[in-house]
Amino acid sequence: MMHAADQTAGPPPGASRRDASRRGATRARAVLEPDEIRRALTRIAHEILERTSGADDVVLLGIPTRGVPLAHRLAERLEQVEGRRFPAGSLDITMYRDDLRLRPARALGHTEVPPAGIDDKIVVLVDDVLYSGRTVRAALDALGDLGRPRAVQLAVLVDRGHRELPIRPDYVGKNLPTSQRETVRVLLTEVDGEDAVLLGESRDAVPLGERQEAEPREGS
Amino acid sequence: MNRHLISAGDLSQADALLILDTADELAAMAERPVKKLPTLRGRTVVNLFYEDSTRTRISFEAAAKRLSADVINFSAKGSSVAKGESLKDTALTLEAMGADAVVIRHSASGAPHRLAGWVKGSVVNAGDGAHEHPTQALLDAFTMRRRLGRLDGLRVTIVGDVLHSRVARSNVLLLSTLGADVTLVAPPTLLPVAVGSWPCSVSYDLDAALPKSDVVMMLRVQQERMNAAYFPSVREYSRRYGLDAARMALLPDHGIVMHPGPMNRGVEIAAEVADSARSTIVEQVANGVSVRMAVLYLLLSGSEAQR
Repeated sequence: MMHAADQTAGPPPGASRRDASRRGATRARAVLEPDEIRRALTRIAHEILERTSGADDVVLLGIPTRGVPLAHRLAERLEQVEGRRFPAGSLDITMYRDDLRLRPARALGHTEVPPAGIDDKIVVLVDDVLYSGRTVRAALDALGDLGRPRAVQLAVLVDRGHRELPIRPDYVGKNLPTSQRETVRVLLTEVDGEDAVLLGESRDAVPLGERQEAEPREGS
Repeated sequence: MNRHLISAGDLSQADALLILDTADELAAMAERPVKKLPTLRGRTVVNLFYEDSTRTRISFEAAAKRLSADVINFSAKGSSVAKGESLKDTALTLEAMGADAVVIRHSASGAPHRLAGWVKGSVVNAGDGAHEHPTQALLDAFTMRRRLGRLDGLRVTIVGDVLHSRVARSNVLLLSTLGADVTLVAPPTLLPVAVGSWPCSVSYDLDAALPKSDVVMMLRVQQERMNAAYFPSVREYSRRYGLDAARMALLPDHGIVMHPGPMNRGVEIAAEVADSARSTIVEQVANGVSVRMAVLYLLLSGSEAQR
């Protein structure tokens, strides 16, 4: 039952990129460098301001693990541009997943909604990789139990395609066409000690239904 | 951790901490407008209670319902058990009804262990005789960690009827796994013979133990299980081993008072102590739901993959 270690498995802070790339993929190459990640987030912040006419009611909610630091980085950038603070938090979706029956129990992430709540706000969900869309589906269910936002939008650092549900992102850092055999890993300084997006060749072809298993953190 | 929760001693430190951490996240849910998660939708949890209980049964029922499981309550009174049905036949009936988890309370020590061999679902021990009550120990540890911020190195004194207490045994096993120092205080007649082999120390002097305790846990004097005179009179027991306001003052400033309930006010605990700010008794009940949700979630998710 207990496989907490799987959930948190990832390179320790400070691990070199070569170490990280050995994990889960035989060869991994960087498709986004730290500067490109920084520029992508700045662009997304500006797009959020444009699309929401000044982002007055925006609440940024990151999906653990790596969506959370991304949400806080976006809030910082919005603050730099607008000169006021933007609420950011986290939304754990573990209890809403559709594969709970099939996989060992996982440790829960932390949900932290800003004090003003989400009722009548524009919630921007933030995640690192958008893949099947199932995580976002679960996040929409989780949001419904927390309140009733006026609108929900989706920001992702990488959209790697292969959607299994009718879900599309509103803000994309980089569109990354991939094959399902490939793995996409996002590394962030706050979690992994460095910023990078790595594209790797998977060791084995993974059947459709099980591919989240092979890639625990990739935008499932 | 395996598929069942029979004994607190079966939990590794990592298992126990995972349950407590999960319960921490689930406790936050109690403040939300919608206090329900879809996690165990379509699963069936059977509460199989051969002994009277209010808080444990209601707590398990609330936990299962908050996770969207279907709950079937079974109490031995008014069932076929009264007609002489055996535990095994009852278990097979539950099995045929497709129970994913069976929460069992039984007066016989070891009943959950036997049940685990008969059913395919998970078995959760909700108290078996004078043996164990692991979810009570988990919620006690959870309450201590919330109030005092840590468990490692915490000095916990458990006072009273240890002999008949499944709560004491489960707490000693779990707390020692989690790094706390446990001292049992009781009259010699109310200590089990084998207490020397437990991972804890033993004392007969409550006044000496209290100043060195971060937590004092009072146990109920279980008169319904006593078939002999274990102490001369209730009054004498209360005077030597009961917690009144004067004794509570011996605790360090941060010290807390716990009781698994139901209380005998005036026997092991004075009413003014039970209602004081140091008492966590009501908190323990609220925390029980979060901890049992964590246990059901961790035991039942992914269970189809294992079968």
